[in-house]
Amino acid sequence: MSHMSTPVEPKIKLADVHKAFGPKVVLDGIDLAVQPGESVVIIGGSGTGKSVTLKCILGLLRPEQGSVTVDGQDVVAMGGRAREAMLRKFGMLFQGGALFDSMTVWENVAFGLIQGRGMKRAEAREIAIDKLAQVGLAASAGDLMPVELSGGMQKRVALARAIASSPEIIFFDEPTTGLDPIMADVINDLIVQCVKNVGATALSITHDMASARKIADRIAMLYKGRLIWIGSPKDIDHSGNEFVDQFIHGRAEGPIKMELRA
Amino acid sequence: MEFLASIGRVVLGFLAHVGRLTAFTATAVSHTVRPPFFYRLTLKAMIEIGYYSLPVVGLTAIFSGMVLALQSYTGFARFSAEGAVATVVVLSMTRELGPVLAGLMVAGRIGASMAAEIGTMRVTEQIDALVTLSTNPFKYLVAPRLIAGTLMLPFLVGVADIIGVFGGYIVGVYKLGFNPSSYISRTWEYLEPLDVISGLTKAAVFGFLISLMGCYNGYYSKGGAQGVGKATTNSVVSAAILILIFNYIITALYFGK
Repeated sequence: MSHMSTPVEPKIKLADVHKAFGPKVVLDGIDLAVQPGESVVIIGGSGTGKSVTLKCILGLLRPEQGSVTVDGQDVVAMGGRAREAMLRKFGMLFQGGALFDSMTVWENVAFGLIQGRGMKRAEAREIAIDKLAQVGLAASAGDLMPVELSGGMQKRVALARAIASSPEIIFFDEPTTGLDPIMADVINDLIVQCVKNVGATALSITHDMASARKIADRIAMLYKGRLIWIGSPKDIDHSGNEFVDQFIHGRAEGPIKMELRA
Repeated sequence: MEFLASIGRVVLGFLAHVGRLTAFTATAVSHTVRPPFFYRLTLKAMIEIGYYSLPVVGLTAIFSGMVLALQSYTGFARFSAEGAVATVVVLSMTRELGPVLAGLMVAGRIGASMAAEIGTMRVTEQIDALVTLSTNPFKYLVAPRLIAGTLMLPFLVGVADIIGVFGGYIVGVYKLGFNPSSYISRTWEYLEPLDVISGLTKAAVFGFLISLMGCYNGYYSKGGAQGVGKATTNSVVSAAILILIFNYIITALYFGK
């Protein structure tokens, strides 16, 4: 995952993105450009709009203002078919895994290939088994149902599903949340490896600093709907930004006040 | 002024709700006629609605037919019209009780399970996952259920009509002492095709409404287990109310002259 310094068109570009739910402003002017092959991690506390940012890019939510482009195409105004074509470039690892509980593990992994691309089941199954092997799961796990797996294994299956169609862009929504530290590190390694293998552009959101340091080429910190700091992981310890300092050291005292009352 | 504001809020909320439901219905229906079609899922939904609802609909129908025979016999005896029992049973079953009771029972069984399933998929981000896997949730989740509901309810009601009439026959012949062959000929004597057709039309509309309410409430559920519970309740209550409203409207359209 090398950071590209040559001026190429960014893979994903957000310019002045605003999103509010009723009176509650969640995104208040986000500007971010992710270069091809780069891995950007957005950090920030709960409820600062990290998930909303991803959903705006995917078109699951519609920003009120600003533009979101993927490969130079505006995704906000995009209609049905164009959006489906655009989404084929994406893979996403959801926070809770979001595995389809009515299907077996391999059917989950192969879902995008079968439904999204019309591949034959037998062929898709082989790819699914191969992807499961990449995340360290045996072929026999493919015939289990998702509920029969532990949390860490479900995360791996979800990761296999996200990379199954060899996407150009992969989103990771809190990939290590709810895992023990060792399993979290295993998942981090898998993410680094998988992103490298498929040569994808990655955008992750997390509040796990160990994870962010490991998988990021650049880290951006989201606070109150704005990106208040962007830089490389090696600079984050001397960012000179007191908000960033408070967050990465996990201190209750500091400029960031937790809103205990909603 | 506070009072007026609250009225305004309720009205605006209601209008927003109606608008959202209308948009949902239009999108869902458009996906039932545009390819690609998910045949396997439609077949699965049809089996779930049509086949697995047979016991509950059959039980409802047989006891409704039986009680109808008993009630109309004792009631009509007051003006010596006991002979009309067979006719009353068959007309009530085909025109009213078959579709309405089957509709209400299926609303409880199917509408609730659809709302719970789709609602759980919503709150666990499985619907978002569908979208990111290039699969339209309307096509994949909603359209198969709408088609299955609209096609299978008439089938269930047809079965309910027959079983209900049979229930009336059992009570009529074995308890009230009617002659079997005259009971059957009385059943056919005043029955017109329109009685059955109107009932089956109702059934198709009710089936559509049950699936629509189940999918709609599930699709927009939010807030975890509690939200899914609320969506489930809403889907059953709203489907039941819509069934009763549309029952009147369709009856008025067919017979309201």
